[in-house]
Amino acid sequence: MVEDVKFRASYNFAFIDESTKKEVRRKILKAVCIPGYQVPYSSPEMPISRGWGTGGLHLTLSLIGPRDVFKIIDQGSDASVNACSLRQFVKRMTGCEVTFDTAAATLIQSRHRVPEEILTDKQILVLQVPQPEVLRGVERYEFKTRQMHAEADYAKIWVSLYEAYVRFGTMMRGSGYPIRVNGRYIATPSPIPRWDVPNLSMAHCLYLFGAGREKRIHCIPPYTKVEPLEFEDVLFHVEAFPGIRCAASGEDNAFLDEVYDDEGTRKFVINDSNFLDKVRSGPRPSQRLFTNPD
Amino acid sequence: MGYVAVKGGQDAIDNAAELVEYYRWRERPQPIETTQVRSQFRLLIDKVMGEGSLYSPEHAALALQQVEGDVFEAAFILRAYRATLQRRFYSDTLNTRDMFVQRRISSAFREIPGGQVLGPTRDYTQRLLDPSLARDTPGIDAFLGEFESRIDRTKLRGVTSFSKVIDLLMSEGLMRRDQYTDEDRRVVDITREAIKFPAPRSARLQMLARAETGGLMCIGYSTMRGYGESHQTVGELRMGTVPVRITDQSGRKRYIGRIKVTEAEMIGRVAVKKKGALPLLSVGYGLCFGQNETKVICMGMLDSALRNPNVNSPGNNQEFVLYHTEGVELYGFTNHLKLPHYVTFQAGLHNLRDVVDRAEKQRGVRAAEFAAVAAAAAATPKPRL
Repeated sequence: MVEDVKFRASYNFAFIDESTKKEVRRKILKAVCIPGYQVPYSSPEMPISRGWGTGGLHLTLSLIGPRDVFKIIDQGSDASVNACSLRQFVKRMTGCEVTFDTAAATLIQSRHRVPEEILTDKQILVLQVPQPEVLRGVERYEFKTRQMHAEADYAKIWVSLYEAYVRFGTMMRGSGYPIRVNGRYIATPSPIPRWDVPNLSMAHCLYLFGAGREKRIHCIPPYTKVEPLEFEDVLFHVEAFPGIRCAASGEDNAFLDEVYDDEGTRKFVINDSNFLDKVRSGPRPSQRLFTNPD
Repeated sequence: MGYVAVKGGQDAIDNAAELVEYYRWRERPQPIETTQVRSQFRLLIDKVMGEGSLYSPEHAALALQQVEGDVFEAAFILRAYRATLQRRFYSDTLNTRDMFVQRRISSAFREIPGGQVLGPTRDYTQRLLDPSLARDTPGIDAFLGEFESRIDRTKLRGVTSFSKVIDLLMSEGLMRRDQYTDEDRRVVDITREAIKFPAPRSARLQMLARAETGGLMCIGYSTMRGYGESHQTVGELRMGTVPVRITDQSGRKRYIGRIKVTEAEMIGRVAVKKKGALPLLSVGYGLCFGQNETKVICMGMLDSALRNPNVNSPGNNQEFVLYHTEGVELYGFTNHLKLPHYVTFQAGLHNLRDVVDRAEKQRGVRAAEFAAVAAAAAATPKPRL
C-alpha cells in the first residue's frame, strides 16, 4: 500500500529539506572563504513573504540544531510583530529554546540592528538583507555589478559619495552604509544604522547576511577588518545623540529611538529592547563604542 | 506608554488572526467546500497553479479557500508548499503534439490542417452582467441532459491530436530549427539555483511560466505599444491535456498522468543580421498550467522580445522582465513596506537634520554679515548732494 502523503501536515526538522540545507551550508562556507562576496544560492520559497526575512530564515534554518538557543529581533526589538511571527515559526519547526537574552542565544537573527551587547565567538548573527547589491544605487544591471565586483571597479560608488558630500555636506547614507570587507569587496552591512557599522570589524562572532528575494548570501567572518567607506579628509561618523538620555533608563551611549507620546512630546528611548532591560535591571552589559572623529 | 520594550507583539498577532476569522464567519454563511472551489473557479485555480508553480487543483483550491480568494496569497502559499516537496524526478520533455486538444486556434491562416477548434471560450460573448444568477440556480441536470443527448458517442474517439501550424512554415523553409545558432541552450533549474545574467533560454522560459499574469501582460502589452517593435501573430494557441512521462531508475519510461496546459506559438520576424541573408520567421513560445491564454500569449511575445536585447524598451530587457514579473517576490517586497522601519528612518533623519542645521547656521552667518554691512552703512553719514 502506498502511503497517501497528499495532505500530510508534518514538516522536516527546521522546515527546509536536508538537501537544500546542505546546499545553503556549502554556500555559507563559500561566503566565509570570500568575505564580502555575494554568493548566489537557490533560495526556496518560505511560508513567509519575500522581503520579510526569508534570506535570514534560510541561514537560520540550515544552521540551527536541536540544542541551539535562538533569539530574533526586528529593528532592535524582540517584541516586534514580525520577529514574533518568525520566532514562533522557528520554534514550531525545531522545538529549540528561544530567548530574549542576547548573551544566552547561540544564534541570533536580526533585521536592521546589531545588538549593543558584545557578541562572543560562540554566537552567530544572521542579518536579513533587502538589497545585497551595494552598487545597485549606481548600477541597475546585475550583469554589470557582478563584473564591477570581479574587477574591483568601485569608482561609481566613490563618486556617488563624493557627489552627496559636495551637494549636502555629508555622505547622506543613513542606514546601510557601504563597507569594504577584508580590504577587497565593497558590501552592504544591511540597513543597520551607522552606529552599528564599527561593530562589524574585528568582531568575535560570525556575521551572516541573507537576501532571500535576491538569492544572495554574504559574510563577515570573525576577526575580519571592515572599513566604512570614507575619504582622507571626510571621515565616517556614527549618529550622535548629544546631551540626550534614554527616557526609560536615564542612560546614554546607545542607539536611541525617537518616540512621541499622545501629547506629541518627543522622547528618546534605547532601541535595543534586551539591552534596555539589562540597563534598567543592571549591571550594564559591555559594549564597543565608537568615538566620532572631530 | 508606546515604548518598544512593551512585549505585546505575540498577543497582537494572535488577535489579528482571530479577527480575520471573525470577519469571515460573522454572518454565519454556508461554508464552501473545496470541491466546489475546484470545479467552479476553474480559471482561478489554473492561474494559481501556474503562478504557484505546482500542478495540483486540490491544493490550489485549498489555498484559495484559506485566503478568502486572494490570488497573490494563494499562489504564494502554493509556492511555499511546493518548496517543502522533494524533487524526485524531472519529467521527460512534454510533447504538445500529443495534446488531447480541447481548443486550438490560429490567427495566421484562415484554415489550418485539422481545422480551427474554438473549444470552451468566452471570447465571443457579450460581457453583460447576468442578474439572473443572483435569483435562480441554473438547471444543471436539464442542461447536461440536453447537451449530452446531442453528442454522437461513436465519433468521440475520432481526432485527438493535431499537427502544428509552424510545421507548415518549417516545411516551406520560412522557419528553421537551427535559426538561433548562437543561443545558450543549457537546461537549468531555476528552483535549484539563482538565475544569472545573461540567462539561458530555459531559465527565461521557466521564469516566464511562473510569472504573475498581470505583470506579464503589462510588459507584453508595452512591446506592442511603442516600447519595442513587435506586433506578433498568434501562429497557434492550443489548450488541452498532455501526458507526462518520467524515466525511472531502471531507465524505463513511466506514464504518470496528464496535465492541462495552454500553449502559444507567436510568429514574428527574425532580425536579419548578415547582409544578403534571407529573412526568416521567428517563433515566441509560451506555455503554462491550466487554461490561461492571456498569460501564454504575453509569454510568447516576451520570449521573442528577450531574444532581441534592447535596453531602451523594458520588454526587451532580461533583467527588467524576469525580475519584475515574479509575482511572489513582488508581492512580498511591496508588502514589506508595512514592517516597522523606525531604525532606518531614524538614521536617515539624522542626515537630513544635519544638512538642515548646517544650512540654517550658514544662513544665520550670512544674515549677520548682511546686518553688519547694513548697520555700518546706516552709521556712515551720507554725503549731501
